[in-house]
Amino acid sequence: MKYFSRSLIAVSAVALMSAAAAAEAKTFVYCSEASPEGFDPAPYTAGGTFDASAHPIYNRLTEFKKGTTEVEPGLAESWDVSEDGTEYTFHLREGVKWHSNEAFTPSRDFNADDVIFSFERQSDADNPWHQYIPGVTYEYYTSMAMPSLVKSIEKIDDYTVKFTLNQPEAPFLANIAMAFASIVSKEYADTLEAAGRQEDLNNMPIGTGPFTFLAYQKDAVIRYRKNPDYWGTAPKIDDLIFAITPDSAVRLQKLKAGECHLMPYPAPADIESIRADDSLTLDEQPGLNVGYLAYNTTVAPFDNPKVRKALNMAINKEAIVQAVFQGAAEPAKNPIPPTMWSYNDAIQDDPYDPEASKAMLEEEGVTDLSMKIWAMPVQRPYMPNARRTAELMQEDLSKVGVNAEIVSYEWGEYLSKSMEPGRDGAVLLGWTGDNGDPDNFLSVLLSCDSAGDGGANRAFWCNEEFSQLLQDAKVTSDQAERTAIYEQAQEVFKDQAPWFTIAHSTQYVPMSNKVSGFVMSPLGDFTFETVDLAE
Amino acid sequence: MVRFILSKLLFLIPTFLGITIIAFGFVRILPGDPVLLMAGERGVSPERHAELSAQLGFDRPLVMQYFEFLGRLFHGDLGNSLVTKKPVLGEFLTLFPATVELGLFAIVLATLIGVPVGVFAAIKRGSWFDQVSMTAALVGFSMPIFWWGLLLIIFFSGILGWTPVSGRISLMYYFPDSTGFMLIDSLTSGQKGAFTSAVSHLILPSVVLATIPLAVIARQTRSAMLEVMGEDYVRTARAKGMPQRRVIGVHALRNAMIPVVTTIGLQIGVLMAGAILTETIFSWPGIGKWMIDSISRRDYPVVQSGLLLIAGMVMLVNLLVDLTYGLINPRIRAS
Repeated sequence: MKYFSRSLIAVSAVALMSAAAAAEAKTFVYCSEASPEGFDPAPYTAGGTFDASAHPIYNRLTEFKKGTTEVEPGLAESWDVSEDGTEYTFHLREGVKWHSNEAFTPSRDFNADDVIFSFERQSDADNPWHQYIPGVTYEYYTSMAMPSLVKSIEKIDDYTVKFTLNQPEAPFLANIAMAFASIVSKEYADTLEAAGRQEDLNNMPIGTGPFTFLAYQKDAVIRYRKNPDYWGTAPKIDDLIFAITPDSAVRLQKLKAGECHLMPYPAPADIESIRADDSLTLDEQPGLNVGYLAYNTTVAPFDNPKVRKALNMAINKEAIVQAVFQGAAEPAKNPIPPTMWSYNDAIQDDPYDPEASKAMLEEEGVTDLSMKIWAMPVQRPYMPNARRTAELMQEDLSKVGVNAEIVSYEWGEYLSKSMEPGRDGAVLLGWTGDNGDPDNFLSVLLSCDSAGDGGANRAFWCNEEFSQLLQDAKVTSDQAERTAIYEQAQEVFKDQAPWFTIAHSTQYVPMSNKVSGFVMSPLGDFTFETVDLAE
Repeated sequence: MVRFILSKLLFLIPTFLGITIIAFGFVRILPGDPVLLMAGERGVSPERHAELSAQLGFDRPLVMQYFEFLGRLFHGDLGNSLVTKKPVLGEFLTLFPATVELGLFAIVLATLIGVPVGVFAAIKRGSWFDQVSMTAALVGFSMPIFWWGLLLIIFFSGILGWTPVSGRISLMYYFPDSTGFMLIDSLTSGQKGAFTSAVSHLILPSVVLATIPLAVIARQTRSAMLEVMGEDYVRTARAKGMPQRRVIGVHALRNAMIPVVTTIGLQIGVLMAGAILTETIFSWPGIGKWMIDSISRRDYPVVQSGLLLIAGMVMLVNLLVDLTYGLINPRIRAS
């Protein structure tokens, strides 16, 4: 045993010495949670995949400004929008270099052909790259309604591209800042096609981003190197490594042992011990999410806004935030989180008042009400424990004479059954924003369009006034005007109470004290071009 | 012996076909479908759902899908993952060496410790050693793996700092996979310290994975030894004045090993189950974690082909165990 421990100490000493030698080349290790599905961002939908592909390797025409949901120029230096809001002309950045790898050395810089290729391969079923891997689909492109929105994409010259839309759509600039709209190299694609190795677009990515891709060992490690020719501010670290570590307790141990510098998604129960650890720093910010209970507004008595409001007043929101989120959340009064522009802070939340609730229910002639509460079988950032939430609600409701029964289904079934019209019961669910536009919450979750087949409006709530406001905001490009409209929409929402809004959970990012310059993204992305490591 | 081997091989065919049905059926019995899980909270319109299902071939009758699966199987095509879109066989071959390395290390560890402990406990029946080791075995057998793994990490890696927390090798070593077995690759890489790093990463996960098989093997060895030592031939050997070491080593142990070998063979299945949790805790890129992820995403091709490949491996091991019996005990060959 003595020999054993001594040899291990020797091993650690060697590791330390080599680490010291390597300190000249700064290596940043991120203990990521999930394995990337692939390195072409277009076919995938998982955030962990985008952190490994879209963010380090690629750029988009527009980008989200670091730490915000505001859109700023990316590969497009500037753009003009036509009077009617249907034509977007992008002026592309010149002198942007593509990465190179063993199989490919670019002969030209980024240009309009790359932009057109990147979108057409997703939109055009006849494009040879549409099915470059059997079974590939472009779910984000489809679900952001791009096929019905984009009428045409034209190359005006090498550095000018014009998008023509079928109708004005204010969130368009935010949509194309999303990972699925990453720009890939047409020349690389041609090279791969000639070599019959199309699948390498997904395995050995070539982009214009701050880091170049080196290697991926499945389910274990991804390696990147700083892109010396990056058009933006060059990264301060030389090597970036993702050490894939699925379990959150193990990630924390690795962080504490110095095996990585930063980790995502700590367990709520570990937050206190992280705060107490002098070698660690904990960044936090309200997440761009909402957890809610959606009534079925098409079924009596839940079709009556007063009944819904009465039920909302019966539930103790603060108690749920404390017990389920362990205080790591902000009680929600609106369907959009406070970090999002147009959040209406003037709105008063319905007070927790069981007496008044009981009286209101009696006034509406609702007695002996029985209802179901659907509890999700999975944990989500916006809902750490749906079963516990449902139990607290059940208890609160019983105090106003409402008998609630908790039901649950397997996740896939839960998602589909909860969308069946005539569903019995109120559903616990939530949402995390894709692009920081209020439309991405309000239209997706609460519009009349989304109340139909396959939509995500699980309250089946179709309010003409509300939907009209959303439509007006969509065709207005002035953000101040849009803000005013969305603020009004939130008033309608509060008045009609299709949901009981629960909470906006806080995001935490623990990191080593050596790390500086990390910027938390409200969208939940993890990006490392700004980070630095102290010696 | 040839007839014996042939009869064993013939028996594999119906077993294999049965497994294809179970592997194919298993994941489809589970509620929820991959298209819905892919869409998540956003939902998917019925038209898009139908379109995607058709594209993936899930709209056809199950029987047809099964026979297509079987047909492709005979051409060596195990299908592509719905999630990564990559060939299942390729993914399996990338990840399998990691699981084998861990499993082999664990089973060797369990056997090397379990058999001597069992033998010694049987010889010294009723002694403190017997009692302590058998109690420890009972505890080991009922150990919740996830908790046990975390406990070891916190103690040995967190507090003492002796072993790395997780992974297969320190991140500072980088060399392409040639065999996929980290111990071999690190040796042939020529990088200083790589092999030691690989070994130190293997210690905790193999201890965790070995815990349950070790307990089972120790208990099985003890009871088999006790049974054999009461046999007439052992008494005869003793009466002949044979030294104790020879009585136990030659006469008792060899006969006691038959059920023990069976047990070790059966532990391969237990190892696979343990690997799922062990690989998740130790971020070990093997097939256990791969299968769990695929089941939760209803990645049908990966689950059905992966199960088949794993079952195939277990069958192969069991075949080897059967053949080993034949070597140990000629009577089995004859029957």
